[in-house]
Amino acid sequence: MAPISVPRKPLKLIDRVSAINWNRLEDDKDLEVWDRLTGNFWLPEKVPVSNDIPSWQSMSDEEHTLTMRVFTGLTLLDTIQGTVGAVSLIPDALTPHEEAVYTNIAFMESVHAKSYSSIFSTLCSSEQIDAAFAWSENNEYLQKKAQIVLDYYEGDSPLKRKVASTLLESFLFYSGFYLPMYFSSHAKLTNTADVIRLIIRDEAVHGYYIGYKYQRGLERVSEAKREELREYTYELLNELYDNEVGYTESLYAGVGLVDDVEKFLRYNGNKALMNLGYPALFPAEACDVNPAIIASLSPNADENHDFFSGSGSSYVMGKAEDTDDEDWDF
Amino acid sequence: MSVAADAADIAGAAEPTDTPDPNGAVVYFSSASGNTQRFVENCRLDDIGINTYRIPLRANEPALAVREPYVLIVPTYGGGDVRKAVPIQVKRFLNDPDNRSWIRGVIASGNTNFGEAYAAAGRIVSAKCQVPLLFTFELMGTSEDVDKTRSGLARFFAGINP
Repeated sequence: MAPISVPRKPLKLIDRVSAINWNRLEDDKDLEVWDRLTGNFWLPEKVPVSNDIPSWQSMSDEEHTLTMRVFTGLTLLDTIQGTVGAVSLIPDALTPHEEAVYTNIAFMESVHAKSYSSIFSTLCSSEQIDAAFAWSENNEYLQKKAQIVLDYYEGDSPLKRKVASTLLESFLFYSGFYLPMYFSSHAKLTNTADVIRLIIRDEAVHGYYIGYKYQRGLERVSEAKREELREYTYELLNELYDNEVGYTESLYAGVGLVDDVEKFLRYNGNKALMNLGYPALFPAEACDVNPAIIASLSPNADENHDFFSGSGSSYVMGKAEDTDDEDWDF
Repeated sequence: MSVAADAADIAGAAEPTDTPDPNGAVVYFSSASGNTQRFVENCRLDDIGINTYRIPLRANEPALAVREPYVLIVPTYGGGDVRKAVPIQVKRFLNDPDNRSWIRGVIASGNTNFGEAYAAAGRIVSAKCQVPLLFTFELMGTSEDVDKTRSGLARFFAGINP
């Protein structure tokens, strides 16, 4: 398969532009998400990745190679989403504010892509970096996932483009995100994991927003078209899932983590569908991700908050949190 | 997150339809994305005698007044910023002392991708209103989350209204 750096079809640009008026909103979600995204802005230089050098030096060559291959794969996806994916959504936007949100998403994807390079330059030699990029250029599964997504970005269906984009944001990254969460749960590369958590937080807002706009778009098409798109979404997820399983094996077979990564893929595949407004596909028993990985993502996602299961731990009373007290009168 | 085992437990436990009118209610907020609304609809709470009330999205809609015991189902906002986790519409609803006096528990949704802010709205409401955080789920919830919430609410209300 040809590497993804071959020249691609030119993207369509927006037909007309008028001055954006943020004081006249057509969809409140645009401002809400703009505020979330700008409020979450960060740069990799703020995270002390160099504190991970002793941890990196204590890791095996195999772990080094795996880490770098995972990160070059993530770099490719972020590059695609920054320079093609988010930009390709602009001409289909329903409001000028939606266009502006996509420019923010595109820029943050470029920040994400750059943060991997920043991690590399802190931890690895140039030879190691070049070797990892070369591996990714030649990994058939990685190239195939890039190819599938790019084909939709350049295609002529605005709604299919949003489906592909949401699946990239909410599903395709997770074969890679697994690894730093796994290392972090073993007290390895914890600062690097902090960078990845910031990326994961951004991708969650991106997937939510693009999925939301997809649902707004669905309201404007016929029932038959909606049904066609629903079927298409599940087919595309299945196609991408099969490819992710191959990609996962090519990366993780040597360290014995394939089964656990696949659970994480299915767990996130379900969440990607939910972002598009569809019910989960994979049953709960196929998505029972290692609790240490979930805890690494979110320290609060534990069973204490399950009064209904009657599994022993009784309900909890929330602890005081910092809140914007101006909005609470009591 | 041993969801599968718990769901099996519940299937063998109290069947919600066997419970007499639990005389409880659910109050929920759902933004234009509709995730929480879908979750509440999937729970089919009216079928088991639990009334559902939606907190209005817009300030120009009439305010909601609830005068019966209820569990609040609230999505977590703020994209990871805990201070912005509780939707403003929910704060307005709870700022009414009469509304606040009838809350008995809270269920919160969120996304584990927001780290410590996952389901933070539930912890905040729980602390502010001194009611238990009963359950958390992600986005629009899986069918297992729906089953657990439906049967769990029936038992919860049966317990507080013996």
